[in-house]
Amino acid sequence: MTAISVRNLWKEYGDQIVLEDINLEFAARSFVALVGPSGCGKTTFLRMLLSEEKATRGEILIDGKPIAPEPGADRGVVFQRYSVFPHLTVLGNVLLAAEFSQSPFTARLFGTARRAAEEEARALIAEVGLAGAEDKYPAALSGGMQQRLALAQAIMRKPRILLLDEPFGALDPGIRADIHQLMRRLWNSCEMTVVMVTHDLREAFTLATRVIAFERRRNRPEERERFGATIAKDIEVWPPRIAGQLDLFTPDRDDPVLAEGQGRDDPARRSA
Amino acid sequence: MRLINRRPDRTTALLLALLPFALVILAYVLGSAARLAENPADKLLPSLATLADAIGRVALNPDARTGDYLLLNDTLATLDRLVSALALSTAIALVTGMLIGMLPAVRALLAPFVAMVSMVPPLALLPILFIVMGLGEASKVALITIGVTPFLIRDLAMRVEELPREQTIKAETLGGSSWQIALRVVLPQIAPRLIDAVRLSLGPAFLFLIAAEAIAAEAGLGYRIFLVRRYLAMDVILPYVAWITLLSVLMDYALVRLRRALFPWYGGRSA
Repeated sequence: MTAISVRNLWKEYGDQIVLEDINLEFAARSFVALVGPSGCGKTTFLRMLLSEEKATRGEILIDGKPIAPEPGADRGVVFQRYSVFPHLTVLGNVLLAAEFSQSPFTARLFGTARRAAEEEARALIAEVGLAGAEDKYPAALSGGMQQRLALAQAIMRKPRILLLDEPFGALDPGIRADIHQLMRRLWNSCEMTVVMVTHDLREAFTLATRVIAFERRRNRPEERERFGATIAKDIEVWPPRIAGQLDLFTPDRDDPVLAEGQGRDDPARRSA
Repeated sequence: MRLINRRPDRTTALLLALLPFALVILAYVLGSAARLAENPADKLLPSLATLADAIGRVALNPDARTGDYLLLNDTLATLDRLVSALALSTAIALVTGMLIGMLPAVRALLAPFVAMVSMVPPLALLPILFIVMGLGEASKVALITIGVTPFLIRDLAMRVEELPREQTIKAETLGGSSWQIALRVVLPQIAPRLIDAVRLSLGPAFLFLIAAEAIAAEAGLGYRIFLVRRYLAMDVILPYVAWITLLSVLMDYALVRLRRALFPWYGGRSA
């Protein structure tokens, strides 16, 4: 199981201090939401978890080992935009993870291997509610469906950590509620720790087991540059949610065995 | 209704598109008639009948001296040079452009060099090419390649860098190696843009080719134009120019169709 430790983490761009002295321990299989005002460094923090940015000082440990210097298959990601490949169909997007891992030279699968991977991919596509859209290109999908696809694509690789950078920020509220349900189901069923950056406090408390607020404690113009954001609030969501276990308090959203309903952006419903 | 909101329907649009062509032809016919009325031996603006006659002579009847069909012969010679040069340029540009766009080390190594080379005026190199490679086909193909490749490389490298960084990161988190990402993420997205870049370079390619043929060749559309210039043979030059233009248009159109057939996802995107 994968836990993340962050120790004395600082991030500076030249003179500008973005994050200062961040210390965090994320338990394995937790669902952590990072919230805070714009420009407080929560996305920068996520990018460091992704190895896209390097810490100026301090370290990030995953299972006690220093984080890899480049993005890798252990950490999946869904961005707000550009998460899926426009030149691949829905099926192609999800298959890509299998093709990368099983076919180092051509990055394509043929015959039995392809059929096996395709079966897995189709199951996953159905799981995220995109059954019937396998042969569509992302441009033909709505924003909500694209994010569902991005989730399926990331989960195909079975990452131990899933990083979400405001993944549902651009979706309208109805579609967001549907995809929250999907997100909870995936978190319950897949063996992964989730770290999500969001603007939306309601979303944070709906989904997460723990909500962490970043804030600059000194924000006057003359101080802003030399003081970065720190952790202002660290809230364990109560009643506690545990991955894979039935949630008695808000069963409508959290039940891992809850039958999936039709979402507003389900392809079947759109065509009706 | 405001002018910016007035849209012609299909028929009107077609008629509007044909109008400039019709006007040019009309102006030519009138001008030609006026000049010929004054001097029946005028060679500058031959009548349509004379043009048709010349077209028949070069296109449909074998040449008295060699027994070849001149237009066909010239077209094949020109297209052979053009297509081999463009194929060579495209291949070089695809590899180099992707390397520059994807690998920071190669970018540091080659980007400034390519930027510099692309500023060398290719026609100024023509004498050097003739001296070094002789007057044969090699020097003509080399001229087009030198003229077109740096542009293609730079355009392609820019297109690679334009791909959202999120895509590369996403591919890395799916476990893709540099090679796999190049093959499955970058190449397919670059290919339609490469086709567009080749379309844009058709014009310069023809320019370089005709310049080279004008100086030293034994056949070719550019060679013929400059050959008959000595006899003020406008009746041959004008159809040849029209034919070169038509060839370019057809090649451009064929490339568009190819792109649409191969990359149906391209162009329909909102972003």
